[in-house]
Amino acid sequence: MTDLLTPTFITAFIIACLSGAVPLMLASIGETVGEQSGVLNLGIEGVMLMGAYFGYVVALGTHSTWLGMLGGLVAGAATSLVLLVLNVWLGLNQIVLGIAITAAGGGITTVLYDQIYAKTSPRIPTDNWKIPGLSDIPVVGGSVFSQPAMFWVSLLITVIVAWFLVKTNWGLSIRAAGQKPSSLDAAGGSVMRTRSQAVLLGGILSGLGGAYLSVLATSSFTPFMTNGLGYIAIVVTMLSRGKILRVVIVSLLYGLTIAVGTVLQLTSLDVPTDLITMLPYIVVMIVLLIFGRDVNNSPVLGAPYTRGAR
Amino acid sequence: MSASPTLAPAAGVISLTGITKAFPGVIANDDISLDIVNGQVHCLLGENGAGKSTLISILAGMQFPDSGSISIDGVPVTIGSPKAAMRFGIGVVHQHSTLVPSLTVLENLMLGEGGLTLKEKRAASRLEELSGLLGASIDPNILASDLALGQQQQVEIAKAMWTGSRLLILDEPTSMLTPSAIESLAESMSRLKAEGLGIVFITHKLREAYAMGDCVTVLRGGRKVGELSPERMSSLTEDQAQAEILRAMFGEDLAAAGGLESAAELAGATEAAPETSRVDVTSRPVRLELAGVSSVGKSMDVSVTDISFAIHEGEIFGIAGIDGHGQAGLAEVLSGQRAIASGTVSLQGIDITRLGVRSRQEKGVRYVTDDRLHEGTVGNLSVAINLLLKRIGTAPFWRFGQINKPAVNDEAKRLIAQYTIHTPSPNTRVGTLSGGNIQKVLLARELGRGARVVVVNKPTYGLDLKSVRLVHDLLREFVADGGCVVLISTELDELIELSDRIGVISRGRIVGTVENDGGADVAERVGHYMIGGSAHDID
Repeated sequence: MTDLLTPTFITAFIIACLSGAVPLMLASIGETVGEQSGVLNLGIEGVMLMGAYFGYVVALGTHSTWLGMLGGLVAGAATSLVLLVLNVWLGLNQIVLGIAITAAGGGITTVLYDQIYAKTSPRIPTDNWKIPGLSDIPVVGGSVFSQPAMFWVSLLITVIVAWFLVKTNWGLSIRAAGQKPSSLDAAGGSVMRTRSQAVLLGGILSGLGGAYLSVLATSSFTPFMTNGLGYIAIVVTMLSRGKILRVVIVSLLYGLTIAVGTVLQLTSLDVPTDLITMLPYIVVMIVLLIFGRDVNNSPVLGAPYTRGAR
Repeated sequence: MSASPTLAPAAGVISLTGITKAFPGVIANDDISLDIVNGQVHCLLGENGAGKSTLISILAGMQFPDSGSISIDGVPVTIGSPKAAMRFGIGVVHQHSTLVPSLTVLENLMLGEGGLTLKEKRAASRLEELSGLLGASIDPNILASDLALGQQQQVEIAKAMWTGSRLLILDEPTSMLTPSAIESLAESMSRLKAEGLGIVFITHKLREAYAMGDCVTVLRGGRKVGELSPERMSSLTEDQAQAEILRAMFGEDLAAAGGLESAAELAGATEAAPETSRVDVTSRPVRLELAGVSSVGKSMDVSVTDISFAIHEGEIFGIAGIDGHGQAGLAEVLSGQRAIASGTVSLQGIDITRLGVRSRQEKGVRYVTDDRLHEGTVGNLSVAINLLLKRIGTAPFWRFGQINKPAVNDEAKRLIAQYTIHTPSPNTRVGTLSGGNIQKVLLARELGRGARVVVVNKPTYGLDLKSVRLVHDLLREFVADGGCVVLISTELDELIELSDRIGVISRGRIVGTVENDGGADVAERVGHYMIGGSAHDID
């Protein structure tokens, strides 16, 4: 066992941890923005798959991971337009829409992938940014400071979204739209516009999360590769109650369990694989049981807003 | 009572001309014209459903009139959205709080501002400025949910005036306030008036209209039925003004309402006093007793702690308190809908703590909820079924699992006649009835069949005055026949009129009990407990 703790091993462990955490973190932040405004996007799994697939396609075609991320972003935004128009504008049921988006996202990407790429399953060349100087440090240099540049952009996005939610008028409007939309309306704000923006931003971030998963974390696409990550994002969001720092911490915890799972598979310990793949979900459920008991999320979550209706 | 608008609209006047607004099946505003002058308090009086709220919604940009026009300082304007109303300097304090409970006072005030970042410093100094104007002191950084009701209202007023307003609309601002909070509201209003603001003050209480208003407009059934100009107001004595307003308010219904005097009392013209001469009920046997009852519950509204009281036969025990301080919890603990963590409830000496809803009902403990439309009735089912909702499956209305329609209808018809429920037929869906009639359906269901203790929660909330009177009469008849009532209400006047004793609930505890001995200071003593005083301070 001790021979496992070589620098090479720890480097690999940290990389596994981070690439597991970032897609979840981006998606959870997107979901947080949406839920804070009172829109529950249950279709996040589908949005992530769309982002993952189209990010993969664009990255393959253009040989640029950056354009691949952009492709994921656009796909995420476009998919969330369905929720925006049908739910926020027309008031259709969010749960039904969410399930529909998840089903459609999985179906569309699987069909396209099977038709075009299944035979060759091309991989995307890795594109890591070795930070000069810092990347020479043992262990962390090869892991933390040799991440794709998008890793650092994701952290920047996280900080910016956190700042927007707390410190700007726009963030205040979003929180009010989720807590008491009629108050925002009476204060001269527009619930419709605020929620539309939140849903769109949520779609963009979830799409980015999906693209990160395919383009950067795994360098490939496989059908249903999110494997429930979208649902975990919903749970993380519920647990974090609008606090972005908590989103980051829970996401890292999730990444850690993914990495631990990989380690357990490598060791000579006889742990069943089923148990290892269950690990992230078990951890999330335990966290939920401990901290999720007094969740204080948007009381109007999932309810479309109509002016004057009581 | 001239209804003609001023000929030459002067500066400082907002004129409404011929405002008409119809909703499906009802004309909420029918050709209403009035002038609101800066530096005056304009009272808008009328019963529930008279069209006050619609008129305000139109001024606030929440509704758009079907016809008619609004002009400000003689210039015709269109108020198309709440934002437009704000631009014209029209600020509204709605009847229901528009503060977001999970945001701080400052955040609530900044909500809806333009620009990218929150200007907290500027907002704090603006709040200070407005606090000075209102004569209030409010901590800008506490959560709105932690504010006392009076403070909450001051914040609402500050919010309405946030971007500088020329007209402040207060929609029934006194309905939930303690007497001392009403006084400080009146003070704030006169300060603002002196600053040259126009104020529209909506109320259904005559006493307040006379005390605080410069002029009065009376609405009934969507029409303007009377007005008192400032000159006329000052030339009349209080009694004369009230008589005139009452005649306008009730019109030909005045006789039905029981003459001028009872109408005056209904409309809150006089200080409330116990209706009947007091009977000493304490010598009678105890009907219901609570000893150290605490409930299971998370939010403040549903949790009660260490409640003890005893109610005697033929007694009405009032529960006063600011809305949401455990009233729902107390009611549910009594009805058996909420689990009791500790303590005992006993009915005529028999412990019923562990009994469920159905067994308590069989023993005569009944509950009339304040949530008439959801908890109390099933809107899509008929009046008849709703009347028998708690007897589903029992003979003779159900036989071998099958409904016995004739028996159900006969029983329903009997109750409809007994409680004078106005419904086209027993088969009408209950949701289509008026609030007053739905309440009668509930009372008919709960008061009969050997009821011994009835818990009523806000029984007259949102009802028109005639229904209020009817509900009060039903409760009085019930106790006259030896029943006993736990009357939970936020209307202090109602409590004083009906109750023998009034317990004050605050943060889930009974903090004091006041004998309703007809003294003039009962309201004051209750109010004192409501805002957190102790028994010591009174003596």
